[in-house]
Order: sequence, then structure tokens, then C-alpha cells
Amino acid sequence: MPGDLGLAGLSDGLMTTAVVVYSLAMLGYAGEFALGRGRARTPAAAGTRVLVGAGPPAEDALPEDAETGRPRPRDVGVLLGRAAVALTVLGWAFHLTQILTRGLAAQRWPWGNMHEFTSALAFSAVTALLVLLYRHRVRYLGLFVLLPVVLGLELASTVLYTAVGPLVPALNSYWIAIHVTAAVIAAGCFTAASAAAVLYLVVDRYERQRSLGRTVGMSGIAGALPGKEVLDRLAYRTLAFGFPIWTFAIIAGAIWAEAAWGRYWGWDPKETWSFITWIVYAGYLHARVTAGWRGRRLAIVALIGFGCFLFNFFGVNIWVVGLHSYAGL
Amino acid sequence: MSRQPDTDERPIHPDLPDEWPIHRDDSVAFGLRGWVRWGWRQLTSMRTALILLFLLAVAAIPGSLLPQRNLNPQRVAEYFRQYPDLAPVLDRLGMFDVFAAPWFAAIYLLLFISLAGCVIPRTWRHAVALLDRPPAAPRHLSRLPYADRWETEATPAEAVAAARAELAGLRFRTETDSPDGRSGSWVAAEKGYLRETGNLLFHLALLALLFAVAAGALFGYRGNILVVEGDGFANTVAAYDKFDPGRVFDPRGLQPFSLHLERFQASYITSGPQRGQPQSFQARLRYRPDLESPERTRTLEVNHPLEIDGAKVYLLGHGYAPTFEVRDGAGRVAFSGAVPFLPQDQATFTSEGVVKVPDAQPKQLGFSGFFTPTTVRTDRGITSSFPAATDPAVTLLAQAGDLGLDGGFPQSVYQLDTRRLTRLKAELLRPGDTMTLPDNLGSITFTGYREWASLQVTYDPGRVFALATAALAVIGLVVTLGMRRRRVWVRATPGEGGRTVVEAGGLPRADAGGGFAEEFSTLAGRLRSVTRAETSRAEE
Repeated sequence: MPGDLGLAGLSDGLMTTAVVVYSLAMLGYAGEFALGRGRARTPAAAGTRVLVGAGPPAEDALPEDAETGRPRPRDVGVLLGRAAVALTVLGWAFHLTQILTRGLAAQRWPWGNMHEFTSALAFSAVTALLVLLYRHRVRYLGLFVLLPVVLGLELASTVLYTAVGPLVPALNSYWIAIHVTAAVIAAGCFTAASAAAVLYLVVDRYERQRSLGRTVGMSGIAGALPGKEVLDRLAYRTLAFGFPIWTFAIIAGAIWAEAAWGRYWGWDPKETWSFITWIVYAGYLHARVTAGWRGRRLAIVALIGFGCFLFNFFGVNIWVVGLHSYAGL
Repeated sequence: MSRQPDTDERPIHPDLPDEWPIHRDDSVAFGLRGWVRWGWRQLTSMRTALILLFLLAVAAIPGSLLPQRNLNPQRVAEYFRQYPDLAPVLDRLGMFDVFAAPWFAAIYLLLFISLAGCVIPRTWRHAVALLDRPPAAPRHLSRLPYADRWETEATPAEAVAAARAELAGLRFRTETDSPDGRSGSWVAAEKGYLRETGNLLFHLALLALLFAVAAGALFGYRGNILVVEGDGFANTVAAYDKFDPGRVFDPRGLQPFSLHLERFQASYITSGPQRGQPQSFQARLRYRPDLESPERTRTLEVNHPLEIDGAKVYLLGHGYAPTFEVRDGAGRVAFSGAVPFLPQDQATFTSEGVVKVPDAQPKQLGFSGFFTPTTVRTDRGITSSFPAATDPAVTLLAQAGDLGLDGGFPQSVYQLDTRRLTRLKAELLRPGDTMTLPDNLGSITFTGYREWASLQVTYDPGRVFALATAALAVIGLVVTLGMRRRRVWVRATPGEGGRTVVEAGGLPRADAGGGFAEEFSTLAGRLRSVTRAETSRAEE
């Protein structure tokens, strides 16, 4: 049997380690929610560039500005949050090594089956989180991105587990590196954007309930979140970045299909659902950019898009018969 | 398909010039023309386009969940057996041919008409706008969403000239009320025209993509053929097992190539949990691009089609063709050759097939059975445990009588019409074994096996064009999503004590992702410094 068992075993061990480290990071993010109150809600303290005249409303503040309510070192919540970020980076490094060793053990590009896709997908989601953390200091996203990541990795190492092995001939092409990588990067963006959309709905519900004079259970979380506008923009920016990559992934898939199956588009279930996902996200962008939609409806469209993506990824492989079925279980 | 002005930065002040005209419905008499106009405006509105877009997504769902004829006709037939009441209803609605159904076509054609009706006029408007100068400064810059104000000792003309030079240096398109730079009082600047260019490029490319796909479907063809090792075929309609020409494809346009399958080889993983998974398929071909050309050789593999004169030959599948020699009651060889059997299971390649011997005397002979490449006996009978032919055998049921070939009806080569056949006996044969039939009806010898490859030949003249338009669409998308369109104005007016008051205002035209706030504040800082604002002087 090809493939080095020692490396493969190391890879499996690293996945477990990454899950443990990510779980600890989740605890840290959750702790920050529990302890740090109203931190992000103070409108742009660093927004010294608030301008003369009709400046944008405070909620319009950018994500960068939003969270910079200068961290107080003694604040335990903030310390927990920072520790969580450090743990996320550490877990990410383990995860990266896991993927590399898996590829080395199999001596091929390490996304040839559901186990490997899921790991790559989770890796991409964490990478998206780290990029957003670096650029926009969005620690409040951490818990909500890592939750599906940890669930996904758990699935990957149990139900979806596949031992290291070579690829079936249809997958044996350099297009796997291009097509699947693009899809995985786009998926990372979709995951992060969905986390922002979920948080948008949380804040939205909290604010509406509060305006009706009711007390809401999730005030702890909602209080630590930035304004709706910030979340809306975060979701939009992330999707606007991911959408062209998804488009490219579909086109690369079509080129590959043309080489492998003799046609570039054949309405195979996987193709159909990637098309549906594309349409829903295209609708999201149009609704927001052109029709000026904002708010709850838009967040729901973003989540429908993610639902379509998830169905394409898991549902189509598991329940629907098609040409991509070999990638399954 | 943004068809209204990008309205996400509100409010836009009423005294701002706006290049996008607002449609006013002043047609009081709603005659036929009025209705047509109204309908057209509805169709090309953003709301309709969005609805059609989502409708297209919803319409595609049944096509992915129900079996489709173009992908898998066997599964459609199975669905009919499973749901005999529901299936005909679904069939009438086109649910088994969703992507060829008229209602599906109606949605995407309406969507593309809506798209064209919006994008083409917008292209003209954008072309005109590209030649335009930025509009004059509005009266009250302080009412703009972003504004700043400072004082300087520079004269108004100096301040305006300096601001203009700065903005032009940042690749803003600028305009001023005094081109000579001596008596100016304002400068207008605009940047980010590429946003609309990218947007239009994306949508026009999608329209072109539809034409490319249609061209391929109309002028191309697709043919499938099963070739046994040692056999070949010439590219003619008659040679194909299945041939799907485009609607306006002329069969005389078939590329005159011919090819010959020398050998097919498959290799499999032999141990471990993935045992039996294929590792490689290789088909060694000899081919001639046309009658005059010398013969060439080529190994055809999955993912590596052979291109001949625009047509592409793909290796899609493979299987076994056991070879037989059948002697009839008179001892004459009534049949000799390879018979392709169809794999029933990709994991083990247990394959089914039939041998028809209409020339046998005194009775016609028919054999049905299966080929097992790695033969094992289990409680449930004989089966195969591995896809490679390590221990091949055929299990045949011999029948004699009338094969029913003279009825004038076409018959599948993979099925026996058993209505007028009598069963004789069944036996497992290994290569070289002979089964002798009772009543002196003859014998059959399993002489060995060859492999076959199923090939597909595709000619799609829209292919390259489709790729080019798809690439343009991605480029347009990246440009439009990464850009923001914005205008900046600077006005300098004489103030008290011989000083000059400088006002700057910013208006993002399309800034869905945000970020103009920072850009404007940086810009205002630079404008302050180039116009020698008082505060910066004080710091010196």
C-alpha cells in the first residue's frame, strides 16, 4: 500500500491536537463574551476623524474602528480573548502541519476525499478568521467561526475518516490543486461571512426586543458585539472577496470537467448546486449593492447561500448520485 | 446588473448633479405603447431580475434531486418503477429533463433579456460618462456626507490650483471653473470609473457566455462508441452507438479521422482498505487524423483527451469482452469473436452480457450470463471479488430456439428475447473450457477475453469562446467589487482678514464595502497640507 503509515499517523494525531487547541480557543472567546461587557459597543473611540458636518452615524463606523475601545490590560475578558487569538494561531499551525503531513503521506495533493476536503475547508475558515482578526480585530467572530470548524474536524476524524491512499484516475489531475483550492478558499470566506450574518441576526433580534421593552436572554453576547452596520459590512466585504474566487472555482471545475468527462457543463448535481450557491450569493451582492437592501433580509440571504454551499459539499456527496460521488464516503 | 444608481450612501443632496436620469412616468394615456413600455420597464427592473435570478436557483433544485434523463436514464426508469403514480405526473411537468424543459428555458431567457435590456443602455451611458468631466461643485459642500473645512493664507486661486494638482496626482479626473489656474474658485474630482466598467464587462460577458454555450449546442456533436481491443472505428454517424448532433450540425462536417484500439490497461490497488480502487486507465491507440495522413500512436488516459481537428476523444469507461467460439449441431463454427459485457458493479466488475448465434443449425442458440474477472464462490453464488482479471470465468445459461431477430423490431445486443427460447443448461467456464449442449445442438468454448474501452467524441465549437467570456466575467467581477466610485470637491473663498476659507466635500457613489470614510480623511489631510492650512502652519 502506498503512503507512509508513520506520517499518516502523525497527521491524524495533529488533527486531534488542532481540535483540542481550537476548543481551548473557543473557551477563551466565550470567556471574553462572558466577562467583557459593552466593550465593542462604544462607538469609535479611535475615530478621531469624525468629520465636520453631516458625518456618517456612529454605527457606520468601520470594523477597524469599532473594537478599538483601548484594551484595558487588567480586563480579564480581554486577556482571555487575546489568549484565544494566540491559541487560534497555534491551532492553525498544527492544522497546517496536519494537512502537509497528510499530503506527504499520500504523496499527492491532500484533498482527494471528504475527510481531506473537510479538513481543508476548516483550515480555510480559520485562515479567513485570522485574516479578519489581523485586519479588523474581530475577536467576537472567533467563537462562531471555530464552532463549525471544530464540529467539522470532529466529523472528519470520525464519520468521514478515510485512510491515506491514492486518487482515482478521474481525480488525478493538476486541476485538483486549482479547482478544489479555489473552492476551499471561497468556502473559508463563506464561513466567516456566515458567522458575521448570524451575529447580525443576534444583534438585530436583541435590539428589536429591547426596543419593545422586553428583556432578552442573549444580552451578554449582544452587548459585546459591534453595531449591526459593522457586522453587515464585514459580511459583505468577506463575501465580495469570496464570490469571485467561487466563480473562478466553478470555471476551473468546468475546465477540468471538459478534460475529464468531455463537457464543461452537464448539470451534474454537484455542478447544479455550485450554480445555485453562486446564484444566491450573486443575488446577495446585487441586493446589497444595487437594490440597497440592508439588514435582516440580506443576512438571511447570506445564510441561505451558505446552506446551499453546505448541502453541495455534504448533501450531494452523501445522498445524491452523480459524477462527484467518488469523492464521498 | 446594477440598474439603478448605487444608492447605498444616502442621503444624496437634492442640489447635487446626477448623471442618472430618474424615470418619470408622464405617459398619461396608457395605450398599447404605454403598456409595452411599462412591461419592458418592469422586465428590466432590478426587482424582476432578482426574482428571476432566485427563481432560476429554485428551478434548478429538482434537476439535482430527481434523476435526469440526460445524465442517467436507467435511474429515471427505476424511479418510474418505484413511484408508478407520481412519476408520470412529474414527467409531464418536465421534472426528468429539467434543464431542457421549456419553463427552465423561459426563466433564463427572461433573465437574460432583462439583463440585456438593462446592461446595453447602461453601456452607452457609461461610454458617454467616460468622456464627461466631473460635475461642478454643489453650493453647500458642508451638506455632503463627508466634509471638512479649514483656513489658509494662500489665495483662493492658489489653494484651488494646489488642490487640483494633488487630486490629479492621485489619478482623480479633475475639473475646475478656471482652467488657467489663476482665478479658480473650485475643483471637482472623480475617480473609480472602472467600477462601472467592470460591472458592465461582467454582465456583458455573461450574455456572451450564453451565446457561446448555445453555439456549442447548435453546431457541435457528441458521439459514444464502445471499442474492443483490436477493433477500430471511423468517424461516421453510423459507427456510433449513440450520436447526439447539435440542431444545425451537418454530418458532412464530421472530422474524417479513424482510430484503432490496440490495447487497454487498467491497474488497481491490490491491498489495504482501498483494495480494488482503480489507479490508472490507459488505452493505446493508433489513429489517422484523415485518410491521407500517416498513422500515429497515442496513449489515451482519463483527464487527457486526444484532440483531432477540433474534435476531442475521451476515455470514459471500460469493461471486458469475453471471446467465444460456438459450434452448431453440424459441427460448423457458427460464431467466433469477442462479445462486450457490461459491468454491473464498478468495484468488482462482475459484467453481464449475451451471445446470440442466429446462424446455428438446427436451432438458433442464445447464451446469457456473466463474466467474473476474479471469480469466487459465495453462499449466494458465483461473483467477482476484484476488478482485474486475475481468475476470469464466465457463467453461461445456454438456450435454444428462435432468437426473435426476424420480427423486424430492433433488439438490444445486451439482452435476449427469451419468449421462444428453451433453457438447456448452465455452467461455469474458465478460459479454454467448452460446454457441450444437449440434444446435439452444439457447443460453446470460452476462449479468453479482451478489454473494451468506451470512447466519447465531442465537438464543441463554442468551447474556447465560452472560456474567454467566463474569464472576462471574472475579471469584470474582481474589478467592480474591488472599486469604489467617488467624487471630491474643493472650494476656496475669500474669508475674513485676507484669509481664504477652503471647504472639501466627498461623496461616494458606490461604496458598498465601506472605506470611503478613511480615504476621505486621509485625502482631507493631504489637501490641508498642500493648501498650507493654518493648523499645519502653526505646527511648523
